[in-house]
Amino acid sequence: MTARTLFEKVWSQHVVENLALDVDLLFIDRHLMHDLGGGDAIFQIRQRGLKVRQPNLTFATPDHVVETAPGRTGGIAPWADDTIALLRKQTHESGIHLFDLGQNSQGIIHVIGPEQGISLPGTTIVCGDSHTCTHGAMGAIAFGIGTTEVQHVLATQTLQQKKPKTMRVEFAGKTPPGVAAKDMILALIGHIGTAGGTGYAIEYCGTAIEALDMESRLTLCNLSIECGAKVGMIAPDQITIDWLKDRPFSPKGDNWQSAIQYWSTLISDSGAVFDKSVVIDCSKLSPYITWGTSPEQVISVTQTIPLLEEAGSSVQKQAWQDALDYMGLQAGQQIIGTPIQRVFIGSCTNSRLNDLRLAAAVIQGRQVANHVTAWVVPGSMQVKHQAESEGLDQIFKTAGFEWREPGCSLCVGANGELIAPGERCVSTSNRNFTGRQGPGARTHLASPEMAAAAALAGKIVDHRNF
Amino acid sequence: MEKFEVFTAVAAPFVHANVDTDRIIRIERCARVARKDMGLWAFEAERLMPDGTQNPDFILNRDPFKSTGILIASENFGCGSSREMAVWAIAGMGIRCVIAPSFGEIFFGNCFQNGLLPIQLPHEDITAIQTQLLNRAATNDHQQISLTVNLIQQTIVTPWRHDYSFHVDPLRRISLLEGLDPIGLTLKSLPAIEAFEAQSKGRRPWIWTHPTLPA
Repeated sequence: MTARTLFEKVWSQHVVENLALDVDLLFIDRHLMHDLGGGDAIFQIRQRGLKVRQPNLTFATPDHVVETAPGRTGGIAPWADDTIALLRKQTHESGIHLFDLGQNSQGIIHVIGPEQGISLPGTTIVCGDSHTCTHGAMGAIAFGIGTTEVQHVLATQTLQQKKPKTMRVEFAGKTPPGVAAKDMILALIGHIGTAGGTGYAIEYCGTAIEALDMESRLTLCNLSIECGAKVGMIAPDQITIDWLKDRPFSPKGDNWQSAIQYWSTLISDSGAVFDKSVVIDCSKLSPYITWGTSPEQVISVTQTIPLLEEAGSSVQKQAWQDALDYMGLQAGQQIIGTPIQRVFIGSCTNSRLNDLRLAAAVIQGRQVANHVTAWVVPGSMQVKHQAESEGLDQIFKTAGFEWREPGCSLCVGANGELIAPGERCVSTSNRNFTGRQGPGARTHLASPEMAAAAALAGKIVDHRNF
Repeated sequence: MEKFEVFTAVAAPFVHANVDTDRIIRIERCARVARKDMGLWAFEAERLMPDGTQNPDFILNRDPFKSTGILIASENFGCGSSREMAVWAIAGMGIRCVIAPSFGEIFFGNCFQNGLLPIQLPHEDITAIQTQLLNRAATNDHQQISLTVNLIQQTIVTPWRHDYSFHVDPLRRISLLEGLDPIGLTLKSLPAIEAFEAQSKGRRPWIWTHPTLPA
């Protein structure tokens, strides 16, 4: 039999029908929904006289529009309460499981999917959100879709999909201390660019991937879409299995045994052919931080912002100039020492327990700089409670951080929580686009340790020397 | 869905790399603006002044590009978020075709769901078209900057007599030409879906069986 990639193995298991040369009708095992458009999508198909085909394979939570202030019960944005109410009504009437506000299971959809054991190896997972690629860390084909495709999945449990090409990204060697999964993936994006993965399903592999814990793998896969790839996946191994065991929705009993037996076959065969291959030498990596308004505009924190002459084309040169103007920075300047006003530790990228532990370790016994407003927004109620049981909330609060409730919050501002125009924020999220955290807001993407150190210093620093 | 066969309109150069969907439509608008009004908020931060009036410096607010129906964009147009409202916003401005060297993949797929045709052309061709349009803008003659996009023949006809051909995936092309509804099409495959589900329950029962949850 021909050697196959992990991606090909999982894809082929889900083909309902071949529609054209490279287009298949693909069965969807897990449909995840959130408040921003989720309720309306169900409403729309019901208006057409259709019903949710497999409510049992559909899961929802409010995360985008919910307020994250301590003690919240809904949202502060004028649209929030209606949006949440619509999601509640539509999921309830359609028999879809909702992880609702006030429950111990609510959180950011890309945090709770794996946490609840819903996101499993070998599955197809979709959600009306581009960061659905996060779940690829479990060994799933997981990708974001638009509103029309959300309705398509609701009504048919399938999608018409063009089969992407495959890319192998090997993270070779061992990362030096203080270098996180966030730095690994930012390094890749800097290397191949924000469109380098467009049209590909990426498989991440190599010794540095095998060494990552599950939560770090989720962080890494989360940024696949920032290099253009809808899908980024990692072969399941013992770390994946140990992490999934006994989660609320994980298979149990005989099902668990047959599942893990199947999952053990989910690796790329030796000799499997990829359409493209990239190798990153992890031994040379250091903490990364973005300087511009695209995730590809990223440097090692020890480097200077590139000169405009280094741009590869006139369009890129213009993009760099526009980014520098927006960010209030100069080509050629050191990024270290840049004063900041805000810090955000949260988002589907970096809001899991280990992220909070690493940030707390930097912060312990120290104080947030006077001029900095710093937030921690845990990714889920589970994360929040576990962190509190370890006393992490006290470390953050004593240092001057706000300890908030789970939601997307300052990653995207869909709940009305924004960074003010001109303010500079070191953020553990995934997008530094113009206006992403609010009109005029300036975003620097980095790891939780980098964000924590910046909060204390009041400026961008290398957390390893701080 | 509205059919797309042959479309003639003013084309505007939009020379910005990596235009993300946040830039096309802000998240707050996604949450509260009706689909039919989404076009009013397209490219909000650069198209509108803080007081809500039109920014005269924004290319699509200026003559002769005010009536643009075809956008000639740069690399990786529509990258980032999956929000389909970005397509609604562009369509709401009267744009029915975006031509670029490359696209964000989710945006690219979303276009086809909404009767908007995204076309990929080589970088050099895009630059040439953008340059022609910029040079001809001074004439203020719409015919000088109007292109005809023909999906039946997969050609783009320009007033400067350099025509281009393009390729669209056959299934997507037919769907656009005929204005087909994808859900309706897939429901014709219902027997195949049912057969798949039955087989899947036997082969991978753990996908289907959820444990009893605590209340």
